[in-house]
Amino acid sequence: MSAASPAIEPQLTNGAIVAKTPRPFVLARRTIITPILLSLLMIAIALLTMMTGSRPFNQVIIDVFLRVILVVGLYVFIGNSGVLSFGHIGFTCLGAYVAAWLTINPVMKKMAFSGLPGWLIKAQMPYWEAAIIAAIFAGLAALIFGRILMRLSGIAASIATFAMLAMINTIYSNWETVTGGTSSVVGIPIIRSIWPYLIAAIISIFIAWAHAISRSGLALRAARDEPTAAAASGIDIPRERLIAFVISGAIMGLGGALMAHSIGVVTPDTFYLGLTFITIAMLVVGGMGSLSGGVIGVVFLSALIQTLRWLEAGVSVGDIAFSIPKGLQEIALGIIMIIILALRPAGVFGNREISLTRNRGD
Amino acid sequence: MLQILFDALSLGSLYALGALGIALIFGVMRLVNFAHGDVIAFCVFALLWPSTDAMAIVFAGQLPWYLLVPFVLLCGAGLSVLCEIVVFRRFRTGNPATMMIASFALGFVIRYFLLMLFSSRPKSINLLPELSQPIEIFGARLPLLQLITIIVTMLILLGLTLFLRRTRFGLEMRAAAENFSMARMLGVRANRVIMGAFALSGALAGAIALIFGIQTGTADIQMGAAIMLMAFIATVIGGLGSLAGAVLAGFLLGAASVIMQVMLPIDARPFRDAFVYGAVILVLLFRPQGLISARGTKERV
Repeated sequence: MSAASPAIEPQLTNGAIVAKTPRPFVLARRTIITPILLSLLMIAIALLTMMTGSRPFNQVIIDVFLRVILVVGLYVFIGNSGVLSFGHIGFTCLGAYVAAWLTINPVMKKMAFSGLPGWLIKAQMPYWEAAIIAAIFAGLAALIFGRILMRLSGIAASIATFAMLAMINTIYSNWETVTGGTSSVVGIPIIRSIWPYLIAAIISIFIAWAHAISRSGLALRAARDEPTAAAASGIDIPRERLIAFVISGAIMGLGGALMAHSIGVVTPDTFYLGLTFITIAMLVVGGMGSLSGGVIGVVFLSALIQTLRWLEAGVSVGDIAFSIPKGLQEIALGIIMIIILALRPAGVFGNREISLTRNRGD
Repeated sequence: MLQILFDALSLGSLYALGALGIALIFGVMRLVNFAHGDVIAFCVFALLWPSTDAMAIVFAGQLPWYLLVPFVLLCGAGLSVLCEIVVFRRFRTGNPATMMIASFALGFVIRYFLLMLFSSRPKSINLLPELSQPIEIFGARLPLLQLITIIVTMLILLGLTLFLRRTRFGLEMRAAAENFSMARMLGVRANRVIMGAFALSGALAGAIALIFGIQTGTADIQMGAAIMLMAFIATVIGGLGSLAGAVLAGFLLGAASVIMQVMLPIDARPFRDAFVYGAVILVLLFRPQGLISARGTKERV
């Protein structure tokens, strides 16, 4: 995606400078191929799963789609603003608990969450409505936190988001009457079909794309690459960052709600450092500044994790069954990540996107 | 009152030592080392013989203290230098985010290596039990260990200051922290300085491991993470790259935690950490460059 093209190019006509207006949606038309290709990749994975039809594999693919949602959410903020955020999984946590509050059977809810207001205990709605509300709730939380945090930049901002994650985790682990504390919340309806996850993943890819080519997204990327010049050209950096933060917070909330439905159980510690790092790692390995990089990073690392798990469970080749010892899966994952980063420090994709035409970095 | 003061100081000591370990490395190579917490855990487990039983088989832990302490410090320093040679050397020109993720991946590798050898169950260890006995000072009953923690931390800080101010190596390290390429041009050997920083930081991790291991009496592969998080935050609040700032912020964080524990109403006490983190965000808002900003890290336009 090139940021330079839609700029109005001055032309000299009869000695006067006349601005040439660009054709409408020229940038959208040029870049739409990227989200389409990525969506096709998702659909291909889904169809492949349909054909194999095995239950455990189904769950694996659902996890892949969930991670795609989360990593795309991260990309909207981290990729466009260049500020590394460790706090986004906090929004996932908020989203997951909203889904729990809205979809669990009221009778069970009354026992588990005695501190919730009455109307919330009575509420029970289909999962997709709950997921939308979860996204809005997480987006609002991002707006509130973002108003404060977006004034920071660089490593101070990263640490502040870290502190935010730790705050959310502490509150949700200890507010027993509302969140059930550290014990797991059960009774969330489990959705086993892969389609809702696929649709949500595709929607988030398109949201991320639309944001990236919007005026705000372009301004934010300009600010990422040249903060001083961008500020001097009249870009209000905190405001653009806040917009990206809210959008990405909402996507993370959506991912959290769906994650709750995929496993049916939530605990605050599901949404803490482990998930934070695995999602950030996927984004960085794929290429931080690229939507395609994020999505393909997820697919690639998920495939790797799955293969290693499979080896850990044991494989029989002919008569000989062999398996790798426990813990080696994570060790191998870590080593492979280090090797990829050592060979390609900017991630596999860097700033580039996949598309049919020859492509330039932005 | 005195009790609170000592609690704050001893908790602060742990955070300060952790923050120092991170700040040392950040100073010379702009790397936020997430693997530091796992180096701490490794040092504790170095005292045990690998086994997956619940009962810990103490191996090196049986050494008398004058051998035990150097052994743990060496373990930390050795592992840390090894990490530098095998991994971080390849990332020296990388951008900070890449280095951070690489260090995280490395921490992951160390943690699961420990898990493979020792299983994930926390083990109880009994290190130097005579240190847990309480003693009485000015009417307050304190565990001897708390006092020793504080004294040892002070000694380490003093020693480190002398080392950085008075020796040639310390001078080189400070020069490298301020302007790395300039220092190299003036004849500071990059590899030597960076390895020195890693060794020092690893030895500090060993010291934390000893104190923490004796204090809690357990060895747990997750134990590094908790200190790490606070130390990491202390490093940033103190001003990244500033050693004095890291130490100051470490003590402040320890004090804030202990004071909030005492002052907060009972209902709010479980949320203590949330208040501490809230305070961290506040501090960052008013001083985004940290309490003491290091000279070398200012952004230039």
